[in-house]
Amino acid sequence: MTPPRHSQFLARDSYRLRRLMDAVRLLPALGLLLFLLPLMRRTETTQTVVPPSSPGTPATAQEAVFLFLVWAGLVLAALLMSRGLRHALDVPTRADEADKPAPEE
Amino acid sequence: MGKRVLVIEDEPNISEALRFILRRDGWHVDVSADGADAMGALRRDPPDLLILDLMLPGLSGFEVLRVLRDAAQTRDLPVLMLTAKGHAADRVEAERLGVTRFMTKPFANAEVIAAVREMTQA
Amino acid sequence: MSFNYLVLTCLAYVILLFFVASAAERSAARGRAGWLRSPLVYTLSLSVYCTAWTFYGAVGYAARSGLEFMTIYLGPTLVFVGWWVILRKLVRIGRENRVTSIADMISARYGKSNLLGAIVTLLCVAAGTPYIALQLQSIAQSFTVFATDPTGVELATDRNLIAFWVAAGLALFTIAFGTRNLDANEQHPGVVIAIAVEAVVKLLALIAVGVFAVWIVAAGPGDILTRIDAQALPEWQIQPGRWTGLILLSAIAIICLPRMFQVLVVENTNDQHLATASWAFPLYLFLMSLFVLPIAVVGLEVMPAGSNPDMFVLTLPLYLGQDGLALLSFLGGFSAATSMVIVASLALATMVSNHLVVPLWLKARASRNRDTGDMRLLVLSVRRLSIALVLGLGYVYYTITGGSAALAAIGLIAFVGVAQTLPALLGALFWRGASRTGAALGLTVGAALWVYTLFLPSFGPDVFLSAQLMEQGPFGLSWLRPYGLFGVNTLDPLLHALFWSLSLNALVFCVGSFVTFPSPIERVQAALFVDIFDRSGPARSWTRPVAEAEDLLPMAQRILGVSEAQAFFSAQAELQGKTGFLPDITPEFLDALELKLSGSVGAATAHAMLAQSVGTAVVSVEDLMAVASETAQIMEYSAQLEAKSEELSRTARKLREANEMLQKLSVQKDAFLSQISHELRTPMTSIRAFSEIMMDTDAMTPEERTHFAQIIHDESIRLTRLLDDLLDLSVLEHGQVQLNLGPVLLSDLIDKAITASNSVQGDRKFRMLRSRDGESVQIITDAGRMTQVFINILSNARKYCISDDPQMQIKVRRQAQLVEVDFIDNGAGIPRDKQALIFEKFSRLTDSMQAGGAGLGLAICREIMHNLGGDISYVPGQGGAAFRVSFPLDLSAHMSTPDSHDTTPAAAE
Repeated sequence: MTPPRHSQFLARDSYRLRRLMDAVRLLPALGLLLFLLPLMRRTETTQTVVPPSSPGTPATAQEAVFLFLVWAGLVLAALLMSRGLRHALDVPTRADEADKPAPEE
Repeated sequence: MGKRVLVIEDEPNISEALRFILRRDGWHVDVSADGADAMGALRRDPPDLLILDLMLPGLSGFEVLRVLRDAAQTRDLPVLMLTAKGHAADRVEAERLGVTRFMTKPFANAEVIAAVREMTQA
Repeated sequence: MSFNYLVLTCLAYVILLFFVASAAERSAARGRAGWLRSPLVYTLSLSVYCTAWTFYGAVGYAARSGLEFMTIYLGPTLVFVGWWVILRKLVRIGRENRVTSIADMISARYGKSNLLGAIVTLLCVAAGTPYIALQLQSIAQSFTVFATDPTGVELATDRNLIAFWVAAGLALFTIAFGTRNLDANEQHPGVVIAIAVEAVVKLLALIAVGVFAVWIVAAGPGDILTRIDAQALPEWQIQPGRWTGLILLSAIAIICLPRMFQVLVVENTNDQHLATASWAFPLYLFLMSLFVLPIAVVGLEVMPAGSNPDMFVLTLPLYLGQDGLALLSFLGGFSAATSMVIVASLALATMVSNHLVVPLWLKARASRNRDTGDMRLLVLSVRRLSIALVLGLGYVYYTITGGSAALAAIGLIAFVGVAQTLPALLGALFWRGASRTGAALGLTVGAALWVYTLFLPSFGPDVFLSAQLMEQGPFGLSWLRPYGLFGVNTLDPLLHALFWSLSLNALVFCVGSFVTFPSPIERVQAALFVDIFDRSGPARSWTRPVAEAEDLLPMAQRILGVSEAQAFFSAQAELQGKTGFLPDITPEFLDALELKLSGSVGAATAHAMLAQSVGTAVVSVEDLMAVASETAQIMEYSAQLEAKSEELSRTARKLREANEMLQKLSVQKDAFLSQISHELRTPMTSIRAFSEIMMDTDAMTPEERTHFAQIIHDESIRLTRLLDDLLDLSVLEHGQVQLNLGPVLLSDLIDKAITASNSVQGDRKFRMLRSRDGESVQIITDAGRMTQVFINILSNARKYCISDDPQMQIKVRRQAQLVEVDFIDNGAGIPRDKQALIFEKFSRLTDSMQAGGAGLGLAICREIMHNLGGDISYVPGQGGAAFRVSFPLDLSAHMSTPDSHDTTPAAAE
């Protein structure tokens, strides 16, 4: 019989939260990378295969669909991450505990 | 003897008692209830001995003593200081200012007379 | 569609907004701002980013350049999805420091420097004015589109006139809701809610037109994609330089634009809202952009050649006979323009008043006199004037440029202008070494380059810069040409300006910071800003008490308003464990006060004002150095150590206070014991002396014997009375007194007291002036104790009243449940400096024998009156000694009410 597998992690939640903070910091970089992708399209001089659209005209529709999909993906990712990160705002991590209530609140 | 003593004391009953026992011992006794009033007489015509109360209206006993010790003609005047306050610090202050003897009230009459004799003979 | 109908619709819409805004203000004032402060409203208010330039211009942009219009929204999207990095810190710092504008933020971070505040303000006004003009233009233009009949003949409308009325109306609205009060945290629920409503309207309008274009005119998304490719022009090809540059630029703008800063930071109430906005605002931008290209494509296809694509959103439905849709679209554009103008003018006006006008005014006034006058009213008036001024500038700009094509590009030009604040702002957030000098130099260089390479040339040749200068550079120095600095000729003018201004700005900022030394206050603020998440609580910049709370309260009242200032002071006093309105002037209190004031007048001004009020030697350089290095050191260690040391110093202060209190009590006790000793020994001295005399004197006359015995007897009585008094006082003070309550007539008590006191110096005849009517009051109290007090007062009068014709006046007054009895004699009264002393123990004013007491009488009276639920006081200026005895009409009823002011446990039973 194998013993039940225990997680070696003690503070799973706060570890997860910190990785989530890493992820949210990376998100704009990823977004920028994807937003810059249309710049790397093939041009006449570099084409190796037949282009989908007639040469000389930009593939605006295709690019628009791509950009809006990336955009929607970013919104979705931000939505999911902000849910997790709320906990970090609720329970201040460190010295925030000493946060005195502001006089007017 | 005919020696003169000045008593500065604001409680009339106490000064009357002092007057009685000193006169009985052969002294000529003057009484004043106010330090400031007595100062003039002290300077003009110093007595042989001064009995001084500490708590006085107006000038306090300490102040009277300080002025006396500053003036040449009263620098060596024997002064017996009496106090009804029970402060050790008062004795220290009085000695610093150059008091000759320091006694607390209530006193034994015999003690006062003995002290007065001792002070004037020395 | 009739022009008047259009105007009426606008008016109705504005009235609706007005109603919504004032309803919001009212419920915020009642403290029910919960729904006003929801994350949704916050997100919607951020949509001031989408101006008329977005609403109308994006379609035109798309028609001309394809997908490039998206860059304006992609940048902000990236900033928001990455909110954890910059925005979270920006918002937190802004909120905790009560920052009122971007100028205030930069000024506060760099040592509360007014110079920086002024530079940023000027820059923002320069960039913002044309932007406001652009909004006025778009509204005027949309009016004319509607008022043009289908044949293309313009109806008689004066665009300038429309722009004027729009500007005036918006000024009125902004003043009404933006400067209603000088709020401590500079938040405007009315404005925010109106902006949120407008955000919904403009989004719905654009989506409605988009749906119309995609599903009614075209045959759905697939069809639209085909049409897009069919319409695509070679110019639509994405240009790598502009694409990247504009994404970067718009990302910067969303942080730096004054109006964005206003809604994003200043109006923020909660970090949670930002968490929601991190995805909801990109979603809003997504929806705003989704239909831009379809509308542009359909417009290009359907509309007659030569139509202005900037107006497609409006003209397309109009052309296709959809008047209702066109009207909705018109309202959407109107919303976009007005919301931008309102927030921008509010933000700019705050900056102008806080960083230009008020500091100048303070400076001018400081040289004349130090009276601050009503600062509140001044700041509000300045704020209002500034709003009118900013909008006036926008209007003047519009009429002068006459809605030229130059305006079309002004949005991006303004972006580059405000982007100059980025290095200083990022430095403020992340770099402790950033210095004021560096920031000022960087900002100046960046702003100058922006003006030279982009702003002035944008007016067209020969307006500000001659065509010759544009071609050949100043003084024939071709490497200084505005569009080709240092020989870089191949760049797009916008990117050229962005590159040079921002990179030189950043370079000068960094180098300036490297080579200069920050002032101590800068270092404190730097640590406070950069390490915002590591420690909480305000910066420590006030080191020692130098002013009285009494002096600071009036000043605070002038700025915050009377009730708010008093509430703040008493709350602070309570925090320190004190009651009343005057807290101790601790550094913590001064910091809190400065923070509070800075919410109204900005950090630099608040600091200057407090500095002025607190005195010339506010905080010496040494003090600041000490604090700065100390604070810096403590922060180096850890936030916890910081908290510990604060707690330690707080405890130490409490201990010190307790110790001082104990010492004071001990001194009082020593003095009391010494007094008792004196009072006891004095009669004992007489007794002992005379009894010894009687014992050892043989020859004594019977008269003498009787006299001495009398003295001994009198002194014994004096001793007894003293002991009685002391015992009485002790009992009264410790509240162990038994009160015999019963109904009694006040006049009876007074009669009894007069009779009893007649024995004192019985040979003196006192005239008693009494009023039987007034005295016939039935009271419930301890009759014996009350009489004791009256006797004491009357006996004192008999002893001390020096008048030849002595008289005593007794006045009784009833006030609800309180009775006051005044005893006034016609003697000399009590000297002012002694009045406070007479109720203290052993406070005889003259020598003892005349008084015949130990000086405990009035002290006992006071204790009795406290036990009887009343008080005794000396009333000066009555033409003699006047004592007022006040007590409750019914002591038994008085004692049963819990909030009575009894001082003793016995009476409170």
